[in-house]
Amino acid sequence: MASNWFRFAAPASFYPLAGRMIPVFWILTGVCLLAGLYWGFFQTPDQLGGSNAQKEYYRIIFIHVPAAWMSMWLYVVMVVWAAIGLVFNTRLSFMMANAIAPTGAIFTFLALWTGAFWGRPSWGTYWDWDPRLTTELILFFMYIGYIALHSAIDDTRRADRAAALLAIVGLVMVPLIFWSVNCPDPNQCAALHQRSNLTQIEGNILFSMLAVTFGFWMYSFATTLMRLRSIILTRESDNSWVQELLVKDGRA
Amino acid sequence: MLRVFWCVLLRDLTLALRRRTDVLTTLFFFIIVVSLFPLGVGTERQILQILGPGVVWVAALLASMLALERLFAADYEDGTLEQMVLTAQPLSLLVLAKITAHWLLTGLPLVLIAPLVGMQYHLSDDAILIMMLALLLGTPVLSLIGAIGAALTLGLRGGGILLSLLILPLYIPVLVYGAGAVTASGIDMADTRPYLALLGAFLVAALTFAPLASSAALKISIE
Repeated sequence: MASNWFRFAAPASFYPLAGRMIPVFWILTGVCLLAGLYWGFFQTPDQLGGSNAQKEYYRIIFIHVPAAWMSMWLYVVMVVWAAIGLVFNTRLSFMMANAIAPTGAIFTFLALWTGAFWGRPSWGTYWDWDPRLTTELILFFMYIGYIALHSAIDDTRRADRAAALLAIVGLVMVPLIFWSVNCPDPNQCAALHQRSNLTQIEGNILFSMLAVTFGFWMYSFATTLMRLRSIILTRESDNSWVQELLVKDGRA
Repeated sequence: MLRVFWCVLLRDLTLALRRRTDVLTTLFFFIIVVSLFPLGVGTERQILQILGPGVVWVAALLASMLALERLFAADYEDGTLEQMVLTAQPLSLLVLAKITAHWLLTGLPLVLIAPLVGMQYHLSDDAILIMMLALLLGTPVLSLIGAIGAALTLGLRGGGILLSLLILPLYIPVLVYGAGAVTASGIDMADTRPYLALLGAFLVAALTFAPLASSAALKISIE
């Protein structure tokens, strides 16, 4: 068993494995998203909240909250891969971190965008300087900074390591976003987001939210692995196994 | 250990004082940016009093960021930086000395000029005092965090623009609490204490981790 741990750390052996996993993740994505969205649209109560209820438009929650969760989670995953790369000097981990960044940025943007559409009917404004909105915007800038730094450096090795360090430094923002809602005194923080607690959510809504979140997660796996495969091919293009692969596919 | 620190600090200060324009450019950039705002938004006393703290802090952020490019660039070009990385002394200590020199030359002048700028914005004496205190605690944090970005973008084309993209998001907490302290001083002086305490906490955390992170970044950039 001991030797197996690092077997798939080699791009050449991970490439075919990723190819076999991608369809599985796409199927899981489709199933979870369909189930979550169907349940969310047709099997949940028509309004949310007590005296000042949010009507049908609250259903944006099924995209908004999972996207926001994934935006933070993917940043953490990206930092973990970057840190593994810095510690063990494995090429594949840097490629992984690199492949995650665009998906993370997209989810951050999606969370901000759906949040604006939700904010208009419920708060009366597309944008406000609520702590959570601001910190999510900063997270978006962090993703952009990571991608920009990586693409500005021509030397791949230096680009990988420099961007990894930047990602690790930026990790301080994630707890800030996560706790910016549960501010000690709501009167002082003027937070528009309400406090949230998983145990207080109505069962059907929670189920749909979790199903969509799982779907988004599988989607992240699928797109990240697809991007990873093209990064592997680009970077290893001088190696014999890539040449053989291309010859076998009749593309070289 | 301490002698190396002093040695690098004095060297950087001497070098900078031989080329005074570099130091003065940063200072005058700050003064000009701050002076432009009243011309743009109107010179009404009340508007300026509200805008003042934020404008001064944003100008300080930009001024400190503009100066960052020079932090390692000269030493990188003539090879001094490589020798520093090779010395037996801990690199983070040398980096801390360079950051300290950088702050003394670009951060401290901003703190000292703050009363003058405050008068442009009709800030009260209390507000000016708090603004100086907040800048005194906050500008070193800007230099410390900025050093990480300066080390990462060393020798890159378009490094300056890239640096702003990497570093400005990390400056935001300092901006929020720095400007917040001055605004709070207009309500009650006792209210400013938590803001200053938080800025102090940022400073301690940055002092602990930023030299380590920048020296790691330097090693990545130089190898």
